[in-house]
Amino acid sequence: MTSPAAQGRGAERRRALGARFIFLGPGLFYVTVFMAIPMVLVLSYAFLKRGRFGGVKMEFTLDNFHRVIESVYVSVIGNSILIATITTILALAIGYPTAYAIARLPRKWRNLALVLVVLPFWTNFLIRTYAWILLLNSEGPLNKGLMAVGILHEPLDLLYTRGAVVVGLLYAYLPLMILPIYASVERLDNSLIEAATNLGASRARAFFTITLPLTLPGTMIGAIFVFVPSLGNFIVPELLGGGKTVMIGNLIRDQFLKARDWPFGAVLALIMVALLIILFAGQAAISRRINGRGRHA
Amino acid sequence: MRNLGWLRLPLIGTYVFLYIPIIVLVIMSFNASKMPFSWGGFSGRWYSTLMNDELIRQGFINTIIVAVGATVLATILGTLLAIGLARYTRSAVLEAYALTPAIVPDLALAIGLLVMFSAVGMTLGLHSVLLAHVVFGMAFVAAVVTARLGQTDPSLEEASRDLGSSAVGTFFRITIPSLAPAIVAGALLVFTLSLDEFVIAFFTDGPSTPTLPIVIYSMVRFGVTPEINALAALLLLVSFTVVIAAQRFTRITDAV
Repeated sequence: MTSPAAQGRGAERRRALGARFIFLGPGLFYVTVFMAIPMVLVLSYAFLKRGRFGGVKMEFTLDNFHRVIESVYVSVIGNSILIATITTILALAIGYPTAYAIARLPRKWRNLALVLVVLPFWTNFLIRTYAWILLLNSEGPLNKGLMAVGILHEPLDLLYTRGAVVVGLLYAYLPLMILPIYASVERLDNSLIEAATNLGASRARAFFTITLPLTLPGTMIGAIFVFVPSLGNFIVPELLGGGKTVMIGNLIRDQFLKARDWPFGAVLALIMVALLIILFAGQAAISRRINGRGRHA
Repeated sequence: MRNLGWLRLPLIGTYVFLYIPIIVLVIMSFNASKMPFSWGGFSGRWYSTLMNDELIRQGFINTIIVAVGATVLATILGTLLAIGLARYTRSAVLEAYALTPAIVPDLALAIGLLVMFSAVGMTLGLHSVLLAHVVFGMAFVAAVVTARLGQTDPSLEEASRDLGSSAVGTFFRITIPSLAPAIVAGALLVFTLSLDEFVIAFFTDGPSTPTLPIVIYSMVRFGVTPEINALAALLLLVSFTVVIAAQRFTRITDAV
């Protein structure tokens, strides 16, 4: 015989279990069906032979991985990493001082300054990229303007270059660099910098020994926010690179929608995701070290 | 501004960089000339051409169908998920798992869904785009609502139960109203993201029901035309209005 109290506890526990199921069940089920299973499928496709019209044949193979080592694919992957890296460095060089300046603005202007940074980001990605086709065109405003003031005598080929791809990616993702850096600069305790300068440190020294290390976590997040979508992008290389600049995203898209070699596309996607996971792990390790040091100090 | 010193240069430079393309685009959209790069006077004719474009109109309708459906589903699922994560489990792994769709690269999610849909033999169309948009939408709603749940006091819910309200009554009278601002913010976020989403739609849509971003993509690939300029300027106006409205809204809810 169980006591009434134990029965009550049993009912309580059953209710908690029921609530858990009602709240967590549908969402977790959805994530499993529409994300986890698709990812597992892509992973397993990488080890199968290609089907005739897309899809796969159920035969195990490692050939798809061997193909990636072919020089043309290695150079595309290298090129993608290079372009994403250049974009990230430029975004950092522009974004850091901009974020720093916004954080130094009078409080009433700060909100407006931030909204103005985010505003272009919320407009359609294709439209933002298209604007650069217009701007960089050989008959476009930039070339005409430079010719009108006499800097150029004949139009430059700005569009369909690797530079145009970098500019397009930079334009698309610069706000993602500025926001996290702004957040970390804004949180910064100004009394630390005052203390340093009062004790005789130059402003440059105070910046490099205090501001920069303390804003490094936000800066790294910004860098990842720019690098990740740049690496997998296939729209900007297509529209602004004119098919001459091929990135890993274009390759993946083509394997799935044109060449219909899904297993090889799956391998390329795995490589892309693996690169990003390494990046995340590195960022996590570095920020853990910074936090750890802060706590021991 | 005065004490910024040389920092004024990157600040102004950034805004010039961000807004020059937009300004050029809007000006070009009023160009009367059919030649994209020679100025033929001021005109709104491309806007009226746009209104009569059947492909764009159908694309717009398709996009709205997907965005509304995805927003409703993602908001319900994401809110339940957030409450479940905050109140019924302390598992960080489960939370990370549920929020992953928000950070997975869109291209990876897109090919995954294409592979999955074709593996189960599902025909592609607006329904598959909708299902796909719910995945990341749900994660965004869950993230926004979870953040709000961290600030609300669970003792309110306990008090409601102690005073004799049922679990369901407490849920609708206490939990949901206290989360309302976050739920609305999350829903707005999903709606805007879905309206503009191209990559996943491109992989999971069928050929006969293109969403507006897919229509735009197929137009933009063939270069510069006055109609695209007008369409682009119009879309800019829409997203600027939504962002500014959302900004107002969140400031009001911050004050409450």
